[in-house]
Amino acid sequence: MNEEKQPPNIIAASNGVKLSGEWTTPYLKQLQKIAKNNLQHQVSHIAIAQLDTNGSRVLLELIGNEPSAWPEGLTKEQRGLLELVREKVGPVPAEQESVNLLAALGQQVFRVIRHGRELLEFAGQLSALVFSLIRHPRQLKIKMLLDVLQRDGLNAVPIIALLAFLLGAVIAFQGGLQLATYGANIFVVELISLIMLRELAPLICAIIVAGRSGSAFAAQLATMQMNQEVLALKSLGQDPFAWLVLPKLLGLMIVMPLLTVLSMLTGIGGGMFVAMIQLDLSPIEFIQRFGSVVDPIHFWVGLIKAPVFALLIVNVGCMQGMLAKGGAEAVGHRTTRSVVQSIFLVIIVDALFSILFAQLGW
Amino acid sequence: MEDHKVIVELKQIATRFGENIVHEKLDLKILEGERVALVGGSGTGKSVLLSEIAMLREPDSGEIELFGEPITQMSGRELLAQRQKIGMMFQQGALFSSLTVLENIMLPIREHQRIKGPLLKDLAMLKLRLTGLPEHAAHLYPQSLSGGMLKRAAVSRALALDPPLLLLDEPTAGLDPAGAAAFDDMLLELHAALNLTLILVTHDLDSIWTVTDQVAFLGERRVLVKQPIEKMVKDTHPVIEAYFANERAKRAIRQELI
Repeated sequence: MNEEKQPPNIIAASNGVKLSGEWTTPYLKQLQKIAKNNLQHQVSHIAIAQLDTNGSRVLLELIGNEPSAWPEGLTKEQRGLLELVREKVGPVPAEQESVNLLAALGQQVFRVIRHGRELLEFAGQLSALVFSLIRHPRQLKIKMLLDVLQRDGLNAVPIIALLAFLLGAVIAFQGGLQLATYGANIFVVELISLIMLRELAPLICAIIVAGRSGSAFAAQLATMQMNQEVLALKSLGQDPFAWLVLPKLLGLMIVMPLLTVLSMLTGIGGGMFVAMIQLDLSPIEFIQRFGSVVDPIHFWVGLIKAPVFALLIVNVGCMQGMLAKGGAEAVGHRTTRSVVQSIFLVIIVDALFSILFAQLGW
Repeated sequence: MEDHKVIVELKQIATRFGENIVHEKLDLKILEGERVALVGGSGTGKSVLLSEIAMLREPDSGEIELFGEPITQMSGRELLAQRQKIGMMFQQGALFSSLTVLENIMLPIREHQRIKGPLLKDLAMLKLRLTGLPEHAAHLYPQSLSGGMLKRAAVSRALALDPPLLLLDEPTAGLDPAGAAAFDDMLLELHAALNLTLILVTHDLDSIWTVTDQVAFLGERRVLVKQPIEKMVKDTHPVIEAYFANERAKRAIRQELI
């Protein structure tokens, strides 16, 4: 291994050119240059020390594909290798043509429709499941339900509390600046309370839960699907939905309203904090004003969204997980999709709620 | 055949996972052109040893010499050069899932040799066809390949830089007997045509009989013995005897029938 290595070389000989040196992969770049510059020359003699398949491929460009026309000086092994490579060299097959714009659009539309149908189907399966649960309550896996309550409810408390607090503070700060110019500091109470109770508390809560729990559901179910654990449950005579989906559905329906109330409280707390510091509005004044001007209906308007959002998140997360096929990369793909879709749907549904409540005059 | 160089030499290798000692004072020598199988019971560290040879894992102590040079004293540059002389096929193929088969094979050639354009694709196609893959596989993604094709594609990528040493981790695991036999034939053909040295970790006794000319048996934290399989099945060392017990019986019955 330690002998001197000669780089590939080409020199003029009596009736053509002579090749020598190492015709191997480490010299591929030089070989390519030699081949390109000397295509017109007749190779009369070869004294190559080493040859491998990549080198052979370049060599064939110089000496042609016809074994009988190959010049003198090839060893038996080199000749054998050249013949093998000659046989195996071939053109790259054409790639699939990309479809035109219109067809791509059509495909996309069909994909969206198929997707919507899958989502509806899944929702149908879920509702059937809930009905069968009412008839046979023992189907419920209490331990898994408690698991969900802890992991997706209790453990989410710090992050949701913190984010809602900051959100409330930011709104109070920005809104307060404007109100202060009119001397209408006290109206920050209405601003914060209405916006947090009706809209932002349920929304921020749903977005965090979608990112935290919805993605975890999708990842967990997709992984189980990959490992054929879902099929294993079925083969053991168990309903995979009862084990995997139902506890998540019930669990999230229970914790979402609680988390929403939490984020309402901390959000208003954040506003109150900023009002105290920036607008000289003491917490006592804030709370008195809150009690006298804010109608409880606003609280209910916000709270009623929570279970609906929970349903959406579980539906999307579990569906994405259950539909996962293919290899490990499907898990990541499905997880991302579940987050994007559930946040998308949450905001759409929130907009629909706004229209509905406006019509109802709440 | 006597002047064959030593390609891989392991001296006094020790490998530990926490308290668990996998290798201790392990010695092994592999000569150029050999087709060596690493066998042994579960947990004897066959795959670990293979990844140490492939420079993917450092042994806790001991010396590894590849192509006659100790790798522990090498600079980063020299290590890189050594890596190009070793092709590794992983058990699950480990093809990059975001690239097509052809792009997978092109990657090492492009990154190491700075080759571009039609020659690059040509070289990759050559490797693809050397392992017997159908041409249409070139533009497929690894997810859509069958098990057998995946393994061939993995070998194609391992051979991209024409390494003299090819390491294979359980090459025939998960293939049906016909597919495994075809894969073994391909390995033999490549070995003969490309002047390769093969080291494979395998449990497939059929593979061991057809592909390899030397078997290194791992047991008692070292290589107990390295010898041809014909001698191995007659070995009276209790661990080896236990491992090949069924195999011996099977072969004996087969021979009686003939």
